[in-house]
Amino acid sequence: MKYMLLINAGAITGEGSAADCDVQDWVNFDKAVQDAGIFVSGESLADLVTATSVRVAADGSRTVVDGPFAETREVLGGFYVIDVPDLDVALDWAARCPGARGSGSVVVRPVADFGA
Amino acid sequence: MTVSSAGGSEPSAAGPPPVPVETVAGAVESVFREEHGRLLAALVRRFGDLDLAEEVTSAALEAALVHWPVQGVPRSPGAWLMATARRKAVDRLRRDQAYAAKLALVRVDMVTEVPEAAEFPDDRLQLFFTCAHPALPEEARGALMLRCLAGLSTAEVARAYLVPAAAMAQRIVRAKRKIREARIPFRVPGADELPGRLPGVLQVLYSVFTEGYVASSGPLLQRVDLAGEAIRLVRILRRLLPAEREVTGLLALMLLVHARRAARTGPGGAVVLLEDQDRALWDGPMIAEGLALVRVALTGGPAGPYAVQAAIAALHDEAASVSTTDWPQVVALYDVLLALDPSPVVALNRAVAVAMRDGPAAGLAAVDAVGGAGRLRDYAPFHLARADLLQRLGRLVEAVEAYRRALDLAGTDPERDHLRRRLEGVGAQVGRLS
Repeated sequence: MKYMLLINAGAITGEGSAADCDVQDWVNFDKAVQDAGIFVSGESLADLVTATSVRVAADGSRTVVDGPFAETREVLGGFYVIDVPDLDVALDWAARCPGARGSGSVVVRPVADFGA
Repeated sequence: MTVSSAGGSEPSAAGPPPVPVETVAGAVESVFREEHGRLLAALVRRFGDLDLAEEVTSAALEAALVHWPVQGVPRSPGAWLMATARRKAVDRLRRDQAYAAKLALVRVDMVTEVPEAAEFPDDRLQLFFTCAHPALPEEARGALMLRCLAGLSTAEVARAYLVPAAAMAQRIVRAKRKIREARIPFRVPGADELPGRLPGVLQVLYSVFTEGYVASSGPLLQRVDLAGEAIRLVRILRRLLPAEREVTGLLALMLLVHARRAARTGPGGAVVLLEDQDRALWDGPMIAEGLALVRVALTGGPAGPYAVQAAIAALHDEAASVSTTDWPQVVALYDVLLALDPSPVVALNRAVAVAMRDGPAAGLAAVDAVGGAGRLRDYAPFHLARADLLQRLGRLVEAVEAYRRALDLAGTDPERDHLRRRLEGVGAQVGRLS
């Protein structure tokens, strides 16, 4: 079963990148996910200042705006998709993720299965 | 002359008369209530799907209602129900291969062999942990436990929680959907995880109990059924985890509190405070059982929070009156509890015990210290404790104010009635003085 770990950074620096983030912790976590053979995909997202939002109205007209900026305290900073047997295992991996510490949090979402 | 047994409809020696249908229905019901959780848990383990397990558990009961009146109640009703339920599950999976595939059962044949009348193992422990899983919404956990492990119908669970049946059904359906779609596993946590997970299970059971003890809202103060069901579930859990002393402590706590149920309410469901309760109405055998369990829960290592709370309840149950209660010991136990659970509610209870030990002035100082910085501003018992102590100190105007605040916050009609009577009492005192 595939689960997406949405890694939210709590504290954001003035440049829009996650504060309290230790690179070595992330390297170690990434290696652990790879070594466990559960890695499906995963990316770290660029700083929030680079984000752009697109909306398309009913008439097909496109609106492009800068942002969104951090309206809430938490900002999506990256994600993993892992393939593990059940939610408890997914929660264990989420708990090992450096993004779950300090002011951050990891949201675990099962990936919808529409039957292959 | 022979001493007849309790029942009035014993079969005569001449031969077994046909079993009346209502007797069979009663037998089905009692067997079902006893076996429902075991049956469901075993089927969940077998098929890994709560919905299928529930469906065939119900179908097996219906089959029993059809067959037992004709063929008689089988010697081993639980095994009969189990075999029937399994057959129905296999039929269902044969008909619906897509569903079977979803459950990742490679071959339905795998589950066809049905050991008739064989004792099936008790798989309920994993169901306790699934129902109390922290990933489920808190308000669904108790409902799910009552539904799956106590064998209550959704309508019964709804009535117990004073929630419309449709709302309760939706709550349960949503929780089951999350179990299925997020794949919350049916498993007993390993020894390393148990200390982290067991308190969650106990907390759900305790919340079911307290919901029955003091309803959080509505016209009735006590709903004995819910408290009784919680006790029944903790007894089951204790059989499954005999070495876990906090399970024993929780059972002791529930019994020692539940033993006072007949004295807690007066005519019309009115609140009767501990100091005014007729202790002759307390349930002696239940207290005796609770006291024996407290000793077990307190022996063999540091006591957990439920064991300490049970020890406090035991001191109340053993005392002949409020004035002869061992208040220094109660305060000492609250100190222990506060170290384990440093919550303002525990601190408030400790402060009330201090008032009993050292008098209302010391008590009020302790209560106000706990309520500092507005921490318990919206907690009715805090204002009631203040009101009571202010009244005893003769600070009546402040007492009226505090009673009014407690009245605004009280959850049930009997509590409100009680507070109104207290308020009238203080009001009369104020009137005489002015």
